[in-house]
Amino acid sequence: MGQLLIGLINGAFYAMLSLGLAVIFGLLNIINFAHGAQYMLGAFVAYFALQWAGLGYWWSLLLAPIAVGLFGIVLERTMLKRLYHLDHLYGLLLTFGIALIVQGVFRHEYGSSGLPYGIPSQLSGGYNLGFMFLPTYRAWVIVFSLAVCLATWYVIERTRLGSSLRAATENPALVQAFGINVPRMITLTYGFGVALAALAGVLAAPIYQVNPLMGADLIIVVFAVVVIGGLGSIMGSIVTGFALGVVEGFTKFFYPEASNTVIFVIMAVVLLVRPSGLFGRSTRAR
Amino acid sequence: MKVLGIAILVAALAVAAVPVHAQVSDGVIKIGVLNDQSSLYADLAGQGSVVAARMAVEDFGADKKGMKVEIVSADHQNKPDVGSSIARQWLDVDKVDVIVDVPNSGVALALNQIVREKGKALLISGAATADLTGKACSPNTIHWTYDTWALANGTGNAIVKTGGDTWFFLTADYAFGHALERDTEAVVVKAGGKVLGKVRHPLNTQDFSSFLLQAQASKAKIIGLANAGGDTTNAIKQAAEFGVVKGGQNLAGLLVFITDVHALGLDKAQGLIMTETFYWDMNDKARAFAKKFAERDRQIHPTMIHAGVYSATLHYLKAVEALKSDDGTKVIAKMKEMPTDDPLFGKGTIRADGRKVHPAYLFEVKKPSESKGPWDYYKLRSTIPAEQAFRPIDQGDCPLVKK
Repeated sequence: MGQLLIGLINGAFYAMLSLGLAVIFGLLNIINFAHGAQYMLGAFVAYFALQWAGLGYWWSLLLAPIAVGLFGIVLERTMLKRLYHLDHLYGLLLTFGIALIVQGVFRHEYGSSGLPYGIPSQLSGGYNLGFMFLPTYRAWVIVFSLAVCLATWYVIERTRLGSSLRAATENPALVQAFGINVPRMITLTYGFGVALAALAGVLAAPIYQVNPLMGADLIIVVFAVVVIGGLGSIMGSIVTGFALGVVEGFTKFFYPEASNTVIFVIMAVVLLVRPSGLFGRSTRAR
Repeated sequence: MKVLGIAILVAALAVAAVPVHAQVSDGVIKIGVLNDQSSLYADLAGQGSVVAARMAVEDFGADKKGMKVEIVSADHQNKPDVGSSIARQWLDVDKVDVIVDVPNSGVALALNQIVREKGKALLISGAATADLTGKACSPNTIHWTYDTWALANGTGNAIVKTGGDTWFFLTADYAFGHALERDTEAVVVKAGGKVLGKVRHPLNTQDFSSFLLQAQASKAKIIGLANAGGDTTNAIKQAAEFGVVKGGQNLAGLLVFITDVHALGLDKAQGLIMTETFYWDMNDKARAFAKKFAERDRQIHPTMIHAGVYSATLHYLKAVEALKSDDGTKVIAKMKEMPTDDPLFGKGTIRADGRKVHPAYLFEVKKPSESKGPWDYYKLRSTIPAEQAFRPIDQGDCPLVKK
């Protein structure tokens, strides 16, 4: 029971990160390998805000996504937009390169052991649930990220804005003809996806160290989650994120030695059985 | 190659009677620092070890003595296969004479074998497993700074004595964690304690909550952390979150470095007890070294691994100077024969099994109110004299030791 809850908490991080990736891939057709670095940047913005400006956790929840989202928008405007007509591979290589550069710079400046970041006082402590001790902060993570995930899903799948976004990816020329500024919409979407990563970074800062490598450690797992869920599927990435967190949590209990590999084993199996992922639309030719 | 050929020719012609001629291969002593430079052990060893080796070469005065010393370094990424192929390249092609540091016991054990085959020298500072001077001991390896037996003996004993007699281990799942768990368990059981359970986590784990839950369920008084670097800091941080200490359990960080304490902050790390063989604020010489070191390594103060790299490199150069040769096997034999003396570890000796012997110290992490500022973190609880700090030579099953 306790392990189930722990799994859900870790799943919340996977879900938020894979959601951002799914949004970016689904709407921009870019495989954003810089996602881990942007997650790390989010945590660092929170750290800097506290160190330099004395702004606490709550401000960071707002500031970090905006700051890192802007960084993403600059990236998209100056570099990524040149790659849309090329193969996926180019976008992947570019973002991967950016990730390596950003991580390298931060590692050089701040070392590899990470920097301390405390839990906000309103959320410290915890509840004794009888079967386990649940830290308040972890409960907050799960509620908050679930809310963010569902809101994102709702906006993209159920609102007018979302439908024009989806339409723009299917047929940009036609949507443009209806008077919608497609390039601007794509830029903002990328910024939003990146902001989601930064938000996850702020959520993670009090749990893990604020560490230049935190994204690199996580991004591969998150990609596996996206592949299992089906590239580009919004709901798929949310559900698989939480589900795989739970699977990993149970592995840590029953056979901890395999806890790093279990997700990749599942990925291999899913790819063999359903190459387009559990929630992927196999008819979509890309 | 040509120079080497001439040197051999000269040596061969100069028959007996004459003392050994200059036999430093290709005229350069090449030191290779091999460690983790990019991941969870990069702050406690990493570039800092390169700085320490460089300082040793400078303090030795190689230039003035007309000895040409070069330092190369590489990142083994904590992978034994990567470490092995770098080492082979270094020894076979790049004419590296001695490899130093090598944290990560898995990599160190692999190199131990390779260096022995090639008759070169290996000076271990970063790796912990006591097997390096036990059943895997080699005439080409010296284990310098600390080992799992010393950690278990220092920290384990101290904790059992103060009432921590039931243990649960969180162990990094590779050679180092296994050795540290084994040695600590032996100490705990010998002192009348009991091990209630253990869980092995993969190296470089981010989230420990699941393991901490298992540790809490075990009701053990002590949760022993048989891991290092980022794994230890994450475990300690999350243990605080899950109310481990408030729930009446205590953490035992079996291998904690000053860089880990710095990363955690004193409010999280206070009260931890750990065994180390060096602390930068121990005496004037150590402080002077730390000051110079910090200026060159992003203000990071030296860990015992850095100090060990310095001390080992210095002693190596002295032995090469005395021997006038950089033949690996001979230099290691000479190093064992000569007493050691350096500003950081003082006087010491190296045993036949390759174990460098010096005192170990039991430190406690200060409360935030006791600390005067960054890096002022430890207070000394007790000193373990050199002859008790390491595993007795006859108990290690080292084939080099005559029974």
